[in-house]
Amino acid sequence: MSGSIIDPRLANARAAPKRGMQLSWSDPVFRNIIWQTLIVGLIAGVIWYLAANTVRNLEVRHIATGLGFLSNTAGIPIAETLIPYDPATSTWGRAIAEGILNTLKVALVGIVLSTILGTLIGIGRLSKNWLVAKLTAVYVEVLRDLPLLLQLLFWYSLLQGLPGPRDFRGSTSIVFLTSRGLRLPLLNWEDAHSWALVVFVVGLIGTFLWNRAANKKQDATGTKPAVWPVALGLLIVLPVLVWAAMGAPWTLDVPVLKGFNMVGGGTITPEYFALLFGLVLYTASYIAEIVRSGIQAVPKGQWEAAGALGLHPFAVLRLVVLPQALRVIIPPMTSQFLNLTKNSSLAVAIGFQDVVSVSGTMLNQTGQAIEGVAIIMLTFLAFSLSISLFMNWYNARIALVER
Amino acid sequence: MMIRMSLTGGLLASAMLAAVASPAFAQGSGSATLDAVKARGQLICGVAGAVPGFSLPDSQGVMRGLDADSCRNVAAAVLGDANKVKFANLTTTNRFTALQSGEVDMLSRSTTWTLGREASLGLMFAGVNYYDGTGFLVKKALGVKTAKEMDGATICVQPGTSTELAISDFYRVNKMKFTPILIQDLAEIQNAFLAGRCDAYSTDSSALATFRATQTNKDDFLLLPDIISKEPLGYVVRSGDDKWFDIVRWTYFATVTAEELGVDSKNVDEMVKSSTNPDIKRLLGTEGDMGKQLGLDPKWAYNVIKQVGNLGETWDRNITVLGVQRGINAIWTKGGLQYAPPIR
Repeated sequence: MSGSIIDPRLANARAAPKRGMQLSWSDPVFRNIIWQTLIVGLIAGVIWYLAANTVRNLEVRHIATGLGFLSNTAGIPIAETLIPYDPATSTWGRAIAEGILNTLKVALVGIVLSTILGTLIGIGRLSKNWLVAKLTAVYVEVLRDLPLLLQLLFWYSLLQGLPGPRDFRGSTSIVFLTSRGLRLPLLNWEDAHSWALVVFVVGLIGTFLWNRAANKKQDATGTKPAVWPVALGLLIVLPVLVWAAMGAPWTLDVPVLKGFNMVGGGTITPEYFALLFGLVLYTASYIAEIVRSGIQAVPKGQWEAAGALGLHPFAVLRLVVLPQALRVIIPPMTSQFLNLTKNSSLAVAIGFQDVVSVSGTMLNQTGQAIEGVAIIMLTFLAFSLSISLFMNWYNARIALVER
Repeated sequence: MMIRMSLTGGLLASAMLAAVASPAFAQGSGSATLDAVKARGQLICGVAGAVPGFSLPDSQGVMRGLDADSCRNVAAAVLGDANKVKFANLTTTNRFTALQSGEVDMLSRSTTWTLGREASLGLMFAGVNYYDGTGFLVKKALGVKTAKEMDGATICVQPGTSTELAISDFYRVNKMKFTPILIQDLAEIQNAFLAGRCDAYSTDSSALATFRATQTNKDDFLLLPDIISKEPLGYVVRSGDDKWFDIVRWTYFATVTAEELGVDSKNVDEMVKSSTNPDIKRLLGTEGDMGKQLGLDPKWAYNVIKQVGNLGETWDRNITVLGVQRGINAIWTKGGLQYAPPIR
């Protein structure tokens, strides 16, 4: 078996003779070149026609073009910002960046949460427990069948029905759920916390390495050294010691009613919450079905064989079924992640300022419609391609390795 | 195969030709918009469609309000029939694109006249049907008396409006902070305010007054006395069609002139017959060729006044009934800002 057998079709002697292209309609190569030139030319012509027409119309209507406006002062207020933003001085470019970050904030958190919820519900649909199976089935059917926009408006109006901040006058609580959103106390961050966090991250890496070493040892000797004492020490004891050694600072920034609103602490606004909640619930119903079908695609014999080895049902799911199901699950899951990201543009309806909302306002205030829409399209294209690339990489990684 | 190929080739060639030949305006009246409106037999006019007093369908589904009547004025002048209008409901964010792209012939959608919009949006403001300003509507229970007490407030406002910019400026100048809640849909932003998501609802004070007037518990609301910006609202057309601009602008001037001269929908027939005032005769087309100069029927202004009414009549019918004072919106002879150059 040392490569002595050569496929006879690959031998040069047996290959079809090479011949030059004939300038004749009967030559397929010539024909293909003609067709391809025509089609490419046609597409280029249409694009050129549209572009020329647009430029001309913009000129006739005295509409300024170009991206120069991005460095002008925006002047529009933005409610939720992740990086510092001041309408008086910040530029349109900065405003767009806020919008992009807000979209990311919804899309990333939404993808993580809907994956977790969807997986749980998908597994629940296969539960032997009648109540769990039926409840999750009802969940999937109801959430999947109602338009997302309707659901978002529903959650948003529900949140608006909460009592206002002034109804909490005199309350000694430190967590407030009002019509203005959820207000939570925040820890006043000090150096001690930063150092404890650094130690925690180092500990996390240490625990991971120790676990790997332990697995290796198990492979070699059959016994696995305990991991939990190391994890406890590195992840909890050490960070706490560092924090205590630096004076154990612990003060909270507690929200209090001041003027019209709560001041202090952190806020989750009703707009963000309604959008995230609506997107997660809706997408999870699709993900649940994908997970269910993926699990059911694993032959029953695999369950039974794993059970016969004496594995606990949870271990069967985790070690035998899910790894095989993932191969079926990942490709449609990618589509759901893309859907969630794109659906986040419905934020416009409930006043969360994502990239579509900010660009829409910009488009209207500056009149740069083509540029504004192009920015929206590029943003979503970039997000979607990144998700696709990542998921394709992951899919290739878990794909069945055929030998 | 040959047939299919020549078909493709023909398509390509025609696409190329179309791109090379610069599309010229139709040679009719000299106004592409006027020709289009006449050929269609209908004026397509962009309105909000949800603002009491400006544009809101009544129980019969007929659009009522000052903005709606402004559209009817132009339809009456151009087509001789005030009812030949198709109203397009536009939001604050899609109104300009609709006008620029030719989806509507004109806008009469409480749109503020600003330098930026005229100089770089490709728009032209043909007239002002309402001199307005940004105001604040609050619930009385809030206990606020002026806008200066609104530091830290949450304010509901529609995105893409000049109001949005005016509030930012106001808070900046007064060194105060606010949280904006920006929702495009008018009904949704009003719901958010009523539900208590915001402390104040801000837009043109005319719209606030009419919104308050249509609430069942209107005494629970207070319109703050502060007017923090100038918002002249008016007729908007796209630039590049000067003849159409002239038509819309002078239709508006005709309604002002009619009020000034005391011509209204009830006495206009009498005036046509018996008036000896040369200003009135020129306005109503019994003397001179004002209509012809605009490319319109000699009775263009007569149709407007007869079918829709003069500015004062439209105002009283739509705005006065909601309990809003005319103030600076009176004609200049009564101390207001509405003034028209002579029609001659």
